[in-house]
Amino acid sequence: MSAQPATENPAAAPAVGYAAAPSVPLRRVVGALLRKELLVELRTLESVPGMSLFALSTFVVFHFALNRNSVEGDLATGVLWVTLLFAALLGVNRLFVADAEEGGIDGFLLAPVDRTAMLLAKELTLLCYLVVLELVAVPAFALLLSVPFAHALPDLLLVLALADLGVAVVGTLVAALAVQTRARDLLGPLLGLPLLVPIVIGAARASSPLLVASHAGTPAARWLAMLALYDLIFGLIAYAVFDFLLED
Amino acid sequence: MYGKGLRSLSIATVVAVVAAFTLVFFYAPLEAEQGFLQKIFYLHVPLAIIALCGFVLGGLFAIAHLRTRDQRWDLRSYVVIHMSLIFALATLITGSIWAKGSWGHWWVWSEPTLVSFLIVFLLYATYQPLRFSIEDPERQARYASVFAITAGAFVPMNFIAVRLASQYVHPRVLGSTSNLPGPMALTFVVSLVAMALLFATLCKYELTAKSARFKLRALRRRLAGEDAQRRPRRRSAVPEPHSSTTLGARVAGGGAST
Repeated sequence: MSAQPATENPAAAPAVGYAAAPSVPLRRVVGALLRKELLVELRTLESVPGMSLFALSTFVVFHFALNRNSVEGDLATGVLWVTLLFAALLGVNRLFVADAEEGGIDGFLLAPVDRTAMLLAKELTLLCYLVVLELVAVPAFALLLSVPFAHALPDLLLVLALADLGVAVVGTLVAALAVQTRARDLLGPLLGLPLLVPIVIGAARASSPLLVASHAGTPAARWLAMLALYDLIFGLIAYAVFDFLLED
Repeated sequence: MYGKGLRSLSIATVVAVVAAFTLVFFYAPLEAEQGFLQKIFYLHVPLAIIALCGFVLGGLFAIAHLRTRDQRWDLRSYVVIHMSLIFALATLITGSIWAKGSWGHWWVWSEPTLVSFLIVFLLYATYQPLRFSIEDPERQARYASVFAITAGAFVPMNFIAVRLASQYVHPRVLGSTSNLPGPMALTFVVSLVAMALLFATLCKYELTAKSARFKLRALRRRLAGEDAQRRPRRRSAVPEPHSSTTLGARVAGGGAST
């Protein structure tokens, strides 16, 4: 924002700021925000270690609750997805808290940049969290509970990627909705779980033939297509409504 | 401002509901397999359709609110979603009764419509907690609208997903309503109209009540404001009883004089 028009007409200053917005490419803004998010996470280690540890503890709990040494098929799918989903919700709950409390959102709103950048950066942040979580949780699952599924790993990675994308999109929207409420820790999961049910349906159905010992099935294309479609539609919805959550 | 036409709408609703129930009990033939139990269909399915349309309508009103920033759209969105939530609960209860009667269980996972309904109901059950845990009224309306739009778009997607998940597990017991015989179809359409009218009437009642309450509150505030201006310095620890009695006296006096 240049000082020249502001001295002439103070009221015109914000308009100049917004007019200058397209000059900063969205890619750079998102990159800067993402770097800041990851840097903060690296320095505080608030979310990802907690999520990973939660996933490990949940596997132990499942071992005792189910009284099984190894699970396969639908049962393995259920254990894996329930654990990943709940661990992801822990990250979702914390996604906007630091920004809302320390004035990060206000600072972002003062910058003359497109607000979609915040949405994209937060989605990418959550996606990074989920990838790291799965780097810990999936091998741990294979080690602790599951029958070997190394042969199905490429297919499973595809399912995980599509599901992660959906969780990141839905989770960011839910986190942004819940962060301004008094009961944010409660509302985040309450809002998130029903919205994530279609992702669980798609991911669980797609991965249940993968987690069996005897033969490697392939995930039905129907479920992968459904996951991709859900990711796309919710991505568009989040893009459409996110601006309204930021203006204050 | 919402009270106009409320009486005629109410009368139309009473007539339609009575007509629908008369048709259900005295005109519609007994279904061959399920017998009398099948008549819950005329209550359950219209309730479900109206509730779903109400949820989507709430989303559309929310879009109108975000576009125009007119708080009345937010009020409409809130009322429609509130009423749909009640209708959805009634749908779940009637569906559960029907399931118990025809399949022997209170809940069947193989009926995708019922399962989708439960998910949608659980999602919308968070609408009010979300809304009322935001203090600032303007932000409350905005966030509620964002939720209503997201959830409104989620409703059809969720139905498709759940339908896909159970399509090859269990055949649909009751397909589309187009293959109903004539008298049943007529009864169904009348029931649907009756439920739609009931929904509209209840929404209108709530809108009227809410707008009357807002007006009353605004009037009270104006009176209190005038009061405060007249007595600028009297601030005691318990100002409420005294000021309210003077308010009441002033309102009563004003009413008597006019």
